[in-house]
Amino acid sequence: MKSGGHMAAALSRPGIVMRSAIGLLLLCVSASGAGAAEMPPGASSCTGCHAASPTVDTPAPRLVGLSAASIEDAMSAWRSGSRPATVMDRIAKGFSDAEIKAIAAWYEAQGAK
Amino acid sequence: MSASLSRRSLLAGASASLIAAPAVAQGTAHIVVIGGGFGGSSVARSLKQLAPNIRVTMVEPNRVFTACPFSNEVIAGLRDLPAQQFTYDGVARSGVEIDFTHASAIDAAAKRVTLADGTVLTYDRLVLSPGIDIRWGALRGYDEAASARMPHAWKAGEQTMLLRRQLEAMEDGGLVVMSAPDNPFRCPPGPYERASLIAWYLKTKKPKSKLILLDAKDNFSKQRLFQQAWSQLFPNLEWIGLSKGGKVSSVDANTLSVTTDFETYKAQVVNIIPPQRAGLIAEAAGVSDRSGWCPIDPVTFESRLQPNIHVIGDAAVAGAMPKSAFAANAQAKVCAAAIVALLHNRTPQEPRLINTCYSIVMPDYGISVAGVYKPGKGLLMDIEGAGGTSPLQAPDSTRKMEADLALGWYNTITREVFG
Repeated sequence: MKSGGHMAAALSRPGIVMRSAIGLLLLCVSASGAGAAEMPPGASSCTGCHAASPTVDTPAPRLVGLSAASIEDAMSAWRSGSRPATVMDRIAKGFSDAEIKAIAAWYEAQGAK
Repeated sequence: MSASLSRRSLLAGASASLIAAPAVAQGTAHIVVIGGGFGGSSVARSLKQLAPNIRVTMVEPNRVFTACPFSNEVIAGLRDLPAQQFTYDGVARSGVEIDFTHASAIDAAAKRVTLADGTVLTYDRLVLSPGIDIRWGALRGYDEAASARMPHAWKAGEQTMLLRRQLEAMEDGGLVVMSAPDNPFRCPPGPYERASLIAWYLKTKKPKSKLILLDAKDNFSKQRLFQQAWSQLFPNLEWIGLSKGGKVSSVDANTLSVTTDFETYKAQVVNIIPPQRAGLIAEAAGVSDRSGWCPIDPVTFESRLQPNIHVIGDAAVAGAMPKSAFAANAQAKVCAAAIVALLHNRTPQEPRLINTCYSIVMPDYGISVAGVYKPGKGLLMDIEGAGGTSPLQAPDSTRKMEADLALGWYNTITREVFG
């Protein structure tokens, strides 16, 4: 069950997930710098399940490295119930469009650093 | 240690002038964190990540942390204790100074913490993440000595292994009795996950044995999911709720007997999950109220009772948020951001927090409850329409997926907090 099911499929973008481990490590370091202070509400809870490190063994996909559009699309679909989920449907319903947009933009920016 | 001690005394000597400074410059701020569990280690590391110039000292007596989540699997023989254990090397690598000792006194007015070795730490802000302590004696007959015969195993470690050894040593045909306390307590679904896994262990290893779970409540977390699983899988498990006489009034460790208002159960193995309170240092700091828990501001996690002291994790009264490792970690990150904002004279932003708690019913069978929270009415409130439990009707593949997500969560959060 390393596929991560529909969640990984929905969120993964080829190419992005292929970055080297060293590159990702550097991203994590920069993500934890001064820019982290502007983390939008809710975003800091995500890393409880979505690992910052690419070496953690988990079916939940990493968020750093995903595009804002892919995160927004997935969250909207889970919120409306149009995409099946295990847990994310229940969590997505707690966030407004604006909140989701801000969180998605923040994770995209971490990947761009 | 000597280098660290001398550095401390130098800073302690300089502290009077720091306190007198009208505003806290980022470079000189000192945050002290008491408790190195999921909450304390998370807040210490988050502070260093958000503002590397802040000095952060964490006070924790144990050199090795033993995690509670997944410790029920250790009891059932599905996992070994070392998989639950973490050193503080990762926390130290983040630039957090760690004092491996107890905090013995807190002077909130002077903003000073005294450690067991007599060292005095001064702080700009203090974060307490002391977890729980057992209310010894709140259940008649259940004191610390009794817990050596009737383990609580509600703090992971030797108690976890004691309960496992007792189950392993029990002859087939024996009776196991568990008791669950009234709310609030650490890990609301925990007693029911444990009952499931012990029932699974008995069913597979000692099929003539039986488990009775005596409960001081009629309702509990993920109740319909647990009860559905029990009725399908575990005829050897009997749950007795409050209204059926499940409230335990006393125990006798010498005879391994557990007494309710209606009956006395004589068992071969007894697991008492006793009444709890915030870790004792909370009382010394003056941040716990008559309930034994710590009321907090839902935006900053600052104590309602003492300024400049924040309380996170199991010890806090967090409204709808449960006492879980996930919640402690989420609160820690919000608290760290709020402290950094306050040190810079900025208004902390209104947070959103998430909790997800998985329970393992048996191998490849996981269920969950999730919630999303925001400040409201002075507490953290559920955001309406969000959260809830796994579906009651679901294929085996969903239960398997949640069991895999549970382990993935454990791997993720322990890496973030201790890795």
